[in-house]
Amino acid sequence: MSNKRQVYHTNIWEEEAEADNPFAAKAAYCHGYDVYGEILQKASWFEYLYLMFKGERPTAEQAVLLEKLAIALANPGPREASVRAAMNGGVSKAAHASSLMAALAVGAGQYGGSHEVYILMDLWKQCGLDLEIWTNKLLEPADDSQADIWLPMEHSPGFDPNGESCPTFVLQTLEVLTSVSPGKSLNWLQTNREALEEKVGYPLAMSGVIAAAFNDLEMNNHQSSMLYLMLRLPGAAAHAIEQRDVGWKNFPFFSHAIEITNDPGDKGLPTIDGVNL
Amino acid sequence: MSHKKLLQSEDCLVTEVGKAYLRERVVMRGKDLHHDLGDLDWFAVHLYSITGRIFKEKELELLNYIWSSTSYPDPSIWPNNTAALAGSVRSTASLAMAAGLINSEATLFGGRPLKKTQDFFLRAKKAKNNGLSLEQIVEQEIKNNGVIFGYGRPLANVDERVPHTIKKVQELGFADGECVKMALEINDYLVETRKIAMNIVALDGAIGADFGFTPEEFHLYMNLCFYAGQPACYLDAVEKPEGSFFPVRCSSITFDGVGRRSWDC
Repeated sequence: MSNKRQVYHTNIWEEEAEADNPFAAKAAYCHGYDVYGEILQKASWFEYLYLMFKGERPTAEQAVLLEKLAIALANPGPREASVRAAMNGGVSKAAHASSLMAALAVGAGQYGGSHEVYILMDLWKQCGLDLEIWTNKLLEPADDSQADIWLPMEHSPGFDPNGESCPTFVLQTLEVLTSVSPGKSLNWLQTNREALEEKVGYPLAMSGVIAAAFNDLEMNNHQSSMLYLMLRLPGAAAHAIEQRDVGWKNFPFFSHAIEITNDPGDKGLPTIDGVNL
Repeated sequence: MSHKKLLQSEDCLVTEVGKAYLRERVVMRGKDLHHDLGDLDWFAVHLYSITGRIFKEKELELLNYIWSSTSYPDPSIWPNNTAALAGSVRSTASLAMAAGLINSEATLFGGRPLKKTQDFFLRAKKAKNNGLSLEQIVEQEIKNNGVIFGYGRPLANVDERVPHTIKKVQELGFADGECVKMALEINDYLVETRKIAMNIVALDGAIGADFGFTPEEFHLYMNLCFYAGQPACYLDAVEKPEGSFFPVRCSSITFDGVGRRSWDC
């Protein structure tokens, strides 16, 4: 066996050990700030969250924007796919983590999920505030000529191909986030929304608003994708817990709506002599 | 676009995939699960679910071997490490297995290289049939993508699975597969021109292409290829004291960031 001790390298976290136990921390520092000695008393949750991801404290405006964004994302509601996945775990009384893991897996997708935001953040980097580049890129957002674990993108990211007009709650979110944003992206999106929608052929979606907000917070594609996944979990959790008590008899079961086109027909069950089934 | 598609599918799913008529029967891709597929082993049923095809015995044997030969019960390997961590903190078996499994849909190993390699062989086969030479195919791929997934192993580091799998491929009669042959020829070309060799991903991808998987089917088939090592690692951690799976002391976090500072400054 090797005596070489394995270490983790980080620019985020530093710990000091207690004198009596090298595995217990006396103090922990996040980007240089004492977490339990100072941050816990003085920082808000969103100031701390921003610090963790960006390495510096946010300005007051950035902290407000992150908090408002988190409120907008906190509960996509029980119609949304990731919340439905969480509720499947809840109604069946699976472990709590299964609900959140299901919400993360489903909420990672390209239709309204975190990978859509990931793609959008790449587009923000490429397109900036140039309407012409955006309109071209939105029609061909990614090179899908070769297979990848992610499937080819089927719609313009940030817009809803199943939409008619931009939903009121999306407009309200865009309005509020723009009003508190220290950056230019949300304001640009608000100004150019209708032009973009006209070009794409369908309306702006929540993912498009949130990606612009992340750009104003100077988050990159990885940070934005992770935060989008995390910040949508509260609703998934609350709805999953609720369904434990609502119960399976009051939960959708879609069997009646499934129609197969290649039914071989009923071939019967075997008869088992001597067993009372 | 509009919400018409949603209206059409709101309470209706027409499919060829299957349906459970609970208390009566189950249909999988047009066959009765218990009557028609009941004599197949689970592995064959799994592949039938993915592809709608019932593979031949020798094909199943090779596909099964690909899984078996990547079942390393070594808790230093990341998916196993995750499963063992879950065991060490006494999480549940299913959570541990799911967490390990999704760790293997990675870029440095596992899901992404496997799928991209199999896709490369499907494209390479087409290019070869269109008259391109092996050299042209390889150089074009490197020019476009910077790499060919499945190749890049330094010559000194043998991937132990490669000789075992080649032997199995030969024994089962699949050595003449167009993509398997191409995989070995590319290996020879890259060894000669760049001093790099194949790892198991190249061979797996080539077999997948020869067996007619689409990239999505191959992705789903390979999804569980590391899985069998995980349960053993989880159980081993569960049998040891809580929290004792390679515990990390405070000083084993090497901090390379900014110095101490005050929130008030």
